Amino acid sequence: MSQPGIPASGGASTGLQAQNGAASASGSPYTNGPVQNALLSSQVSVSQGYNSQLTGSYPHLIPAKTLNPVSGQSNSGSSQTVSPLSNYQRHGQALYGPPVASHPVTPSLHSGPSPQMPLPTSQNPAATPMPSGSFLPGASVPSPSNWQYNYLSQTNHCPRASSQPTMTGNTNLMSPQYVSSGDTSLQNNIIKSGIISNTNNGSMAVHNSYDEIEGGGFLATSQPTHKNPTMSRSVGYSYPSLPPGYQNTTPPSTTGTGIPPSSLNYASGPQAFTQTPLGANHLTASMSGLSLHPEGLRVINLLQERNMLPSTPLQPPVPNLHEDIQKLNCNPELFRCTLTSIPQTQALLNKAKLPLGLLLHPFKDLVQLPVVTSSTIVRCRSCRTYINPFVSFLDQRRWKCNLCYRINDVPEEFMYNPLTRVYGEPHRRPEVQNATIEFMAPSEYMLRPPQPPVYLFVFDVSHNAVETGYLNSVCQSLLDNLDLLPGNTRTKIGFITFDSTIHFYSLQEGLSQPQMLIVSDIEDVFIPMPENLLVNLNESKELVQDLLKTLPQMFTKTLETQSALGPALQAAFKLMSPTGGRMSVFQTQLPTLGVGALKPREEPNQRSSAKEIHLTPSTDFYKKLALDCSGQQVAVDLFLLSGQYSDLASLGCISRYSAGSVYYYPSYHHQHNPVQVQKLQKELQRYLTRKIGFEAVMRIRCTKGLSIHTFHGNFFVRSTDLLSLPNVNPDAGYAVQMSVEESLTDTQLVSFQSALLYTSSKGERRIRVHTLCLPVVSTLNEVFLGADVQAISGLLANMAVDRSVTASLSDARDALVNAVIDSLSAYRSSALSNQQPGLMVPFSLRLFPLFVLALLKQKSFQTGTNARLDERIFAMCQVKNQPLVYLMLTTHPNLYRVDNLSDEGAVSINDRTIPQPPILQLSVEKLSRDGAFLMDAGSVLMLWVGRNCGQNFLSQVLGVENYTLIPQTMTDLPELDTPESARTIAFISWLREQRPFYPILYVIRDESPMKANFLQNMVEDRTESALSYYEFLLHIQQQVNK
Amino acid sequence: MAFTFAAFCYMLTLVLCASLIFFVIWHIIAFDELRTDFKNPIDQGNPARARERLKNIERICCLLRKVSVRVRGGRLLAQRSPTLVVPEYSIHGLFCLMFLCAAEWVTLGLNIPLLFYHLWRYFHRPADGSEVMYDAVSIMNADILNYCQKESWCKLAFYLLSFFYYLYSMVYTLVSF
Repeated sequence: MSQPGIPASGGASTGLQAQNGAASASGSPYTNGPVQNALLSSQVSVSQGYNSQLTGSYPHLIPAKTLNPVSGQSNSGSSQTVSPLSNYQRHGQALYGPPVASHPVTPSLHSGPSPQMPLPTSQNPAATPMPSGSFLPGASVPSPSNWQYNYLSQTNHCPRASSQPTMTGNTNLMSPQYVSSGDTSLQNNIIKSGIISNTNNGSMAVHNSYDEIEGGGFLATSQPTHKNPTMSRSVGYSYPSLPPGYQNTTPPSTTGTGIPPSSLNYASGPQAFTQTPLGANHLTASMSGLSLHPEGLRVINLLQERNMLPSTPLQPPVPNLHEDIQKLNCNPELFRCTLTSIPQTQALLNKAKLPLGLLLHPFKDLVQLPVVTSSTIVRCRSCRTYINPFVSFLDQRRWKCNLCYRINDVPEEFMYNPLTRVYGEPHRRPEVQNATIEFMAPSEYMLRPPQPPVYLFVFDVSHNAVETGYLNSVCQSLLDNLDLLPGNTRTKIGFITFDSTIHFYSLQEGLSQPQMLIVSDIEDVFIPMPENLLVNLNESKELVQDLLKTLPQMFTKTLETQSALGPALQAAFKLMSPTGGRMSVFQTQLPTLGVGALKPREEPNQRSSAKEIHLTPSTDFYKKLALDCSGQQVAVDLFLLSGQYSDLASLGCISRYSAGSVYYYPSYHHQHNPVQVQKLQKELQRYLTRKIGFEAVMRIRCTKGLSIHTFHGNFFVRSTDLLSLPNVNPDAGYAVQMSVEESLTDTQLVSFQSALLYTSSKGERRIRVHTLCLPVVSTLNEVFLGADVQAISGLLANMAVDRSVTASLSDARDALVNAVIDSLSAYRSSALSNQQPGLMVPFSLRLFPLFVLALLKQKSFQTGTNARLDERIFAMCQVKNQPLVYLMLTTHPNLYRVDNLSDEGAVSINDRTIPQPPILQLSVEKLSRDGAFLMDAGSVLMLWVGRNCGQNFLSQVLGVENYTLIPQTMTDLPELDTPESARTIAFISWLREQRPFYPILYVIRDESPMKANFLQNMVEDRTESALSYYEFLLHIQQQVNK
Repeated sequence: MAFTFAAFCYMLTLVLCASLIFFVIWHIIAFDELRTDFKNPIDQGNPARARERLKNIERICCLLRKVSVRVRGGRLLAQRSPTLVVPEYSIHGLFCLMFLCAAEWVTLGLNIPLLFYHLWRYFHRPADGSEVMYDAVSIMNADILNYCQKESWCKLAFYLLSFFYYLYSMVYTLVSF
């Protein structure tokens, strides 16, 4: 269903009106054909003309999005009398082509339709394929109901797209609204100079999620019946948790009922961007949503309706906002709230018994990101909020902050819209048109000159470490990725190794080989020489390569078993503190020497008793060092490759408070455990090449009346709303809890804004701002209606981790169960009118018990003897640090049957056909011996092959003669020349492309040791220590009906 | 008129109570600074102010550490000797001990609840045994900060009231015999 990848519309050449007609007539977004290539050439010329023209006139800003008021105006005359704002924007975009094309400025930048990314060395493998892909989701999705799908596919489909450029209209690759012309590379996914006006046709005008948001109201243009109060239909958009079939049958119509003629004004002249009508409108919409939305309001008896799990990935609910606001809203992958309808008062929130919080993924690799370079960044004078799409313009010169309601002046510079080159249109600036935007920060946002990228690697080379053989793979990965490390000519790199002593490596330019300096005084660590330990990567590249080649052999004979991790960390900190940067520590055992030495605390026979396990650190050395690191802008990433207990609870603090990340490879061994080796290589590859932001701070603001009170994630909280992040990486997620401090009765919308200020690896100071807008509701029913069950489960998991550390694991488990019971009984007692028997849940929370049960069976919170302490703590770290999507996948994996994949319902992306098998419930009853099942658990993929699996699958996909010939450890599928193999491989690689890291595929047969892991994820089944789903429901019902 | 042990106790506690009040006020100021420092509106047009703002954050960061370092100083001592040497807590414990010896049951009764609260606080501190109550990594979470602030205000009220009570009791014991 998530097939927004189809390039847009066959009606392309006929122009906008025809296009609109076609799309609306079909009623389905999926009927579009490929774009006609004939258009491309003209498009190119357009882009060139436009581009060169503008670079001349406005050096910093190269507009790509075209919101030409003139064309908008003319269009409004030609199409309809009254229609929502979006239409005009849309028309503006679509019609912009001709006028620009008529400027015969022949130009420079791109001379052909070949386009995309002018970068040979992608810093960021995930980012690279995205740009053209970005266009896809937008393009094929003309109706607002689809934008929810989009958000998932945004990153996912890209690689497909890039592999087939001709079809997607290659000049249409991402067009950041503003591209800083000074930017010489693709840092931050911005393509410079790849500017285009999107003139392909109506639907093509939208080629990325952000643009697409704006174009959300597209279909409305062709619907003269938009005044028609068919509100029931509009509701289809509001609550997207419906099965897709349902939505598709909903004829698109607009909710533009309440829009007074002011919307006309909007289009026809440079008048203030009036949001006032939207508020009222939103009210009507929400009312109608309440009364006429059958599916969302449905009350479900979970005990009777067993199969609640949708067969397609669950989509986040769409806030019940007017579509004009909603289409500007932040992508839910980046910014998500547990309640998409914010309760008016704390009392109401308490009544609902649902946690209120935000889940953020602020530094996610984005396909498309508008970047603004301007000398003044417009912010509210009192609360310092960045100007955003949800502010209201009182008139041309004043805007009202949506967070603190202060009225601010619009600065003179902001009056000029560089996109349209029109003066007096502040409301059409990209800052006001995009909920996610990046600013180039001027010098007042710097405390010191931006730091160079500094990477320091600290290796454990004790006997134990050499035994595992990890140095080989790490050094090899480093060698391979040395050129791909994000950075510029200033990049610095250094190495430290340690056993019972600390070894430094001088890499001075001119030396014939690296020089090793040994410091054996671990009581009082000092740096043996002031410079040349951290060297410029470019200047000393050969020495660095030399060192990496010899390092694995240098310690093969070592007999030293002690590990002085604490002193080594101190030394590394001293080395880095003048600049800040990233420290990557590889450790293979419990530190035994010097400060920070730890004692083994795990007692295996006590694992089962949940009460006395050591989740808290045993020493505060690592925490204090982490705080020092945080103060000096150093982040520590810990790679723990240990067979024995290594007290991750204590060691992990070093990463947790310095905003690093933890990687754990239990029982790593280069020969005995090749799977872990592969995992390490893949993760290192991602780790080394992913984007990185240095010396970052993140601030989260929310509308007056709401307040943030607890933060979850890896960072140091420096103020009540300021997180200090020495490094920020695109794989980190954050969560915050909020409360309603003052009643929100006099407002209908609340906004949240996260602003991340960081130094890019190119040495630029940048601010990435995300803004989310949500409606306020006054009844309990509406609160339940807007609950986002995934976000709630994610936030609860974070809270449960805290609880297990401060109180105990069993406390945390109880709290999780109580969360379900409390909210469902609140629903039963106050929101349900008729008391029926059974377990009644609102539609939005129908998966709540299932997800909580899955959490209880997750490694972090499970009871029983299988979880080793370090693994449990690692799972907890992951809960805290992972973005929501991956957290939900690890908690409740997706199960597919793959031995009978067919092309039915498949999406086709470019040339490839991706089968879309339905998601099965996680229960052994869904498995069968004569099938093969793929479980997608985020970081791993497990393919379980049944004993009686069809011969066809074995030979055509696995490439083996019979079942017994399947190798014990098999992590790759052979590429066979059969349709079955092609489908399976296409599906698996499609799953992989959806995430930035590389999940390893395990092929599991009945007697494989991995089978236990596979079955452990069957959360609906009973295990020795946990209830089955049905029993769990009965338990909840019992408690709720008390 | 007699100078009994009880009178001596009251005199000593009077002095110590003043120091407790000082401690608590110091805490209140620190918390208040933590909370309010970031809310000040700053003139946007002036780049120097923005820089000042960033500097301020750094300064508060140091202050935060001081809050924890100060208490940790006591803790380091505690690791060598078995007794609890958190300044405020140990002083208050001393009060109770002295009143117990002087058989001032009413005064002891008044102080017992706070003693138990302190003991509870001490044993529920972050388990890695560093900062007793004020964990630099979590104090900026608004609910914890709120709690600490309220706690400090309550303690201030309690110490002030008890200060005057001790004064009264001291005079009373001095003149009653």
